[in-house]
Amino acid sequence: MPISPILIQAEAVSREYRLGETVIRAINEVSLAIRRGEFLALLGSSGSGKSTLLSLLAGLDRPTSGAIRVQDRNLSELDAEELARYRRETVGMVFQSFNLLPRMTLEENVELPLRLAEVDRNDREPRVSEALERVGLGPRRQHRPSELSGGEQQRGALARALVNRPTILFADEPTGNLDSVNGEQILLLMREFQNSLGMTIIMVTHERPLAEKFANRIAVLSDGRLVSEGEPT
Amino acid sequence: MKTRDLTELAVRNLREAVLRNSLTTLGVAVGVASLVAMLSLGVGLQTLASQRLTRSGLFDAVFVTSQRDFRGARRPRSENSTPKKEARILDEDARQQLAKLANVTEVYPQVRFITEVRYGGKSPTTSVLGLPESSKGSGAFEGMTGSYFSSPTADEAILQVEFAKELTDQPATLVGKELVLRYAERAALSKESGGNGSFLEGMMGAAMPGGISIVPREKTLRIVGVIESDPSAGIGGFGGARVFLPLETAEHLHVAQPDDLQAFLSGDPAKPSYMALTVRVRSPKDVPQVEAAIKQLGFSTFSLLDATKGLRLVFMVFDSFLALFGSLALTVASLGIINTLVMAILERRREIGILKALGATDRDVRSLFFAEAGAMGLFGGIFGLALGWLIGRALNWGTTIYLHRQDLPGVRISYVPWWLALGAILFAIAVSLIAGLYPAARAARLNPVEALRYE
Repeated sequence: MPISPILIQAEAVSREYRLGETVIRAINEVSLAIRRGEFLALLGSSGSGKSTLLSLLAGLDRPTSGAIRVQDRNLSELDAEELARYRRETVGMVFQSFNLLPRMTLEENVELPLRLAEVDRNDREPRVSEALERVGLGPRRQHRPSELSGGEQQRGALARALVNRPTILFADEPTGNLDSVNGEQILLLMREFQNSLGMTIIMVTHERPLAEKFANRIAVLSDGRLVSEGEPT
Repeated sequence: MKTRDLTELAVRNLREAVLRNSLTTLGVAVGVASLVAMLSLGVGLQTLASQRLTRSGLFDAVFVTSQRDFRGARRPRSENSTPKKEARILDEDARQQLAKLANVTEVYPQVRFITEVRYGGKSPTTSVLGLPESSKGSGAFEGMTGSYFSSPTADEAILQVEFAKELTDQPATLVGKELVLRYAERAALSKESGGNGSFLEGMMGAAMPGGISIVPREKTLRIVGVIESDPSAGIGGFGGARVFLPLETAEHLHVAQPDDLQAFLSGDPAKPSYMALTVRVRSPKDVPQVEAAIKQLGFSTFSLLDATKGLRLVFMVFDSFLALFGSLALTVASLGIINTLVMAILERRREIGILKALGATDRDVRSLFFAEAGAMGLFGGIFGLALGWLIGRALNWGTTIYLHRQDLPGVRISYVPWWLALGAILFAIAVSLIAGLYPAARAARLNPVEALRYE
């Protein structure tokens, strides 16, 4: 099997927070390479820094030191506008609490990234339909998030992450608010995206069995440090 | 984000918190309404005053006199005085020439004389004035008993009520009755007309071709109206007199006037000249141009244009005060917008985080909050304008009812011109956008990670 090129390269990345006089180092000198098309699980206990690392890799936050290179771009050197474009064009995100906008229908939620990317109105409808069909929510498009189950909401969030055809999908505890059946369904969908669309997936989880079942590689963090990485056993 | 998408999202957000946003918009509307009501009152009063003053003939008239110095007309000039260009005489030719000037509507002399009036055995002496046709529309004769002259050449008279009381105890009964005017008629004497000519020739020298004669005459006039108030005075105004005649009728009487002396000295008594002429122009703004043209013709002019400038200044100050009070309400309304949007940021912190995670730029977020503030300003502005206009209508209605009760004609004291309507809406949007500056900037600055963490 040919080795894929490296898509994301984190080099000695640190992220510090200042709380009064105290400096909290959430991420401490983490270096990590993620290959194109890979499904990486970031595993660790609560407070280990895995969500912080995900935010840095997704361009939601900037490292205090170190470099994060994605497709020859150093995220820490991008200005706010360029970082927003990176999130809009390269990245798709799903969260533990789904984060669908409650005032909008499912269809409108999925359309939102297309609005932000200024995609032509005529092209939006087919892309929204395609994304919703892919997650099996075509008939629920006119429903508001409050009218959907947890699993459906997370599938809706996946459709929203998918609609801009991103290269990388970041998932922060995507099964955290779901039962095991729905959780597995979501991960199956993610793996399907990985296989059919060649998407690179980076998922934060604290559930080792799920990580071992779906991920190609597991990186374990503890106290902001990368303590181990390798293929699941 | 494209403008259409931005607008759709902003309107959707406004619709979601409909009660709070409606109340905020209502606050803007009340502010705009007070501003519009105040300014429309200022504009209305200014328009009313301008109209009244224009109709009074004070500001659309130019007073024309000859530049001739009568004191020295026949005196030999001193040796060292510079020879002056011969000043033009204000005669019938000059009157015709002035009437042909651009924007001139009417040129008329002031025919005013003291004479004896006979009615019912009484013969008081009083002042008589010839009224030009334009005086009909001046408003000076509104509400008088009887009617205005039936034609510019009618043998009719209008009496001032105080004078009418000298003739009878019930002035209103005079309408339709006749009175007799006794006056001194001036007639020109030609060189060939008789002994007087040769007498004058003998007295004044061969240069004087003729002379004038004064003959007592009587004229019967029908009384058509009795006016309560004293018509407004001024340059070319109609004040001071107590018996009014149509100007042409008064002119045809050829009543001996002080300026007959000028005609006599001018060398042609058959060709009358005027001490002064009043030139009416289309609008007060035409006064400077007409004045300049008249000066070019070699006459002296005088107008009250500077007084209108002063009037405009007074109203400008008045309007500024009204606008200041009106703006106070809008300032309070803008605080409401700031409060609403700051609250919205707190409530929608997570939403802002999601938008940023999906790729919204700081500018997108800022524009969204700006659009919401602008929309509140637009709707508040339109609603406020309608409300302000209604307040103005109510003021007009109330004032008219009050004036009618006082037997006076109704007036429009509040008026919303197009520029005020447009300006009020634009001002409301501008104030709302300024009020939205801080909340929008604050929303745009939000860190997406912290915003997403917000519950």
